[in-house]
Amino acid sequence: MADSSPALLIEGVCKRFGSLQALDHVSLQVAPGEFFGLLGPNGAGKTTLISAMAGLSRPDAGSIRVMGHDTVADYRAARRNLGVVPQELVFDPFFTVRETLRIQSGYYGLRGNDDWIDEILARLDLTAKADSNMRALSGGMKRRVLVAQALVHRPPVIVLDEPTAGVDVELRQGLWAFVRDLNRQGHTIVLTTHYLEEAESLCGRIAMLKQGRVIALERTADLLARRMQQTLRLRLGQGAALPPELRARARATPDGRIALTVDSADEVAACLARLHAEGVLFDDIELAKPALEDVFIAMMQEAA
Amino acid sequence: MSPALRTLLYKELLRFWKVGFQTVGAPVLTALLYLLVFSHVLDRTVEVYGGVSYTAFLVPGLVMMSLLQNAFANSSSSLIQSKVTGNIVFVLLPPISYREFFAAYVLAAVIRGLVVGAGVWAVTLFFVDLPYAHPGWILLFAVLGGALLASLGIIAGIWADKFDQLAAFQNFIVMPLTFLSGVFYSIHTLPDFWLAVSHLNPFFYMIDGFRYGFFGQSDVSPWVSALVAGGSFAVLAGITLNMLARGYKLRS
Repeated sequence: MADSSPALLIEGVCKRFGSLQALDHVSLQVAPGEFFGLLGPNGAGKTTLISAMAGLSRPDAGSIRVMGHDTVADYRAARRNLGVVPQELVFDPFFTVRETLRIQSGYYGLRGNDDWIDEILARLDLTAKADSNMRALSGGMKRRVLVAQALVHRPPVIVLDEPTAGVDVELRQGLWAFVRDLNRQGHTIVLTTHYLEEAESLCGRIAMLKQGRVIALERTADLLARRMQQTLRLRLGQGAALPPELRARARATPDGRIALTVDSADEVAACLARLHAEGVLFDDIELAKPALEDVFIAMMQEAA
Repeated sequence: MSPALRTLLYKELLRFWKVGFQTVGAPVLTALLYLLVFSHVLDRTVEVYGGVSYTAFLVPGLVMMSLLQNAFANSSSSLIQSKVTGNIVFVLLPPISYREFFAAYVLAAVIRGLVVGAGVWAVTLFFVDLPYAHPGWILLFAVLGGALLASLGIIAGIWADKFDQLAAFQNFIVMPLTFLSGVFYSIHTLPDFWLAVSHLNPFFYMIDGFRYGFFGQSDVSPWVSALVAGGSFAVLAGITLNMLARGYKLRS
């Protein structure tokens, strides 16, 4: 059953907290082995959806299956197949790192899991801290332990809820290298993040949520292609000025350049030809492709 | 016992054992102070049962009171701490059933209650030579009382959203019920009204039945006490299991 099933199958999930419709008929599917992004502004329902997947929250309607197992009717199998790195930096102050991971293993019925625990500790650069109390760890270290806890039972589906929030660059890179490896080994990864460049470089497919509704569910490349417009950035030479028709379309960037939105390569060529004809000199030129951030902002505005 | 239950039980035991001075040492010392003060003042003036000194009468009551209070403290404080700090999520994410959850928290609380009770009993051995008329009753009421308060502790720990609410539960419900349950006196020394009120207190039956195990004497029949304590546990366990099954205040 689980082999041919989607890693995640979410069908018509609704969740209301008082007057707030946190999830509004959310449906999506994630295939095994995918690196999937779940994006949206604060309050969009990302964490509520993750909570519903993990059994921390009970949907008012709809169903969720993890590797084919219903999260309510077959919750034990569903939870065994899921590892969640929570957004909040939580820890149990009574235990050391190793005790924390051994206890977490035991909850999943795993005894003698030390070889895998040692491997996770090594990959997350926590070996030296294995016998330290959780209270003695820095915020970044605690974040790594949260990742380790989600992985102790080798779940095929791993959900990372803003794992790099407040994390330094070095850890972020190390964490992504590790998560990429896990994905290459066949683990399905579901990521939420506010760092859209991370989602753009890591996720093959993305769902965007707004006010509890899915407003986009596409391959990352298709999302980027949706927004064909590119940006031509110029740093004009001393005393140079744009011709009037280009000046009307231009905007100044914070770094002192002029930005022009262009729809095609032909339009780029036309702009440059016009500048050349007018004798406008420029010191620097750059053509920027649309970033996921641009698409994200545009889609959120469209959905408003 | 399933691996998940065993692990959750181990975690709960390790948690209180790591702060043993606070969770075991302190209540033993408190009970010892009660014994020293009350027995010094009352031992030569009060005889509760025929042939039983006041100090001897007091010791089983103190043992049981400490056992009950610490069983309650264990489950309630563990849950409120986990909820407030957010680490309750580590127990909610794995495939642990609500019955396993209940069993682990109750067993751990009973064990802490028994450890504290045994500690109080051990230090009082220096002051009094107790009889052990019916050890089976002693064990039954110790376990039943611990389980009952452990259940109550789970209810309080889940219900309370902050430490203040839990403290109110402990100070305004658990503490009065334990103090007014005949730990320090036989209820037959009370006026009729308070005697009747005492019969409505399930804690009285647990302490009276426990004491019967030592002296073979009690204010009411140990069978009645066992019935009341067992019935009370069944009711509280039912409420607790229902709360856990619904995910009350644990799963939104």
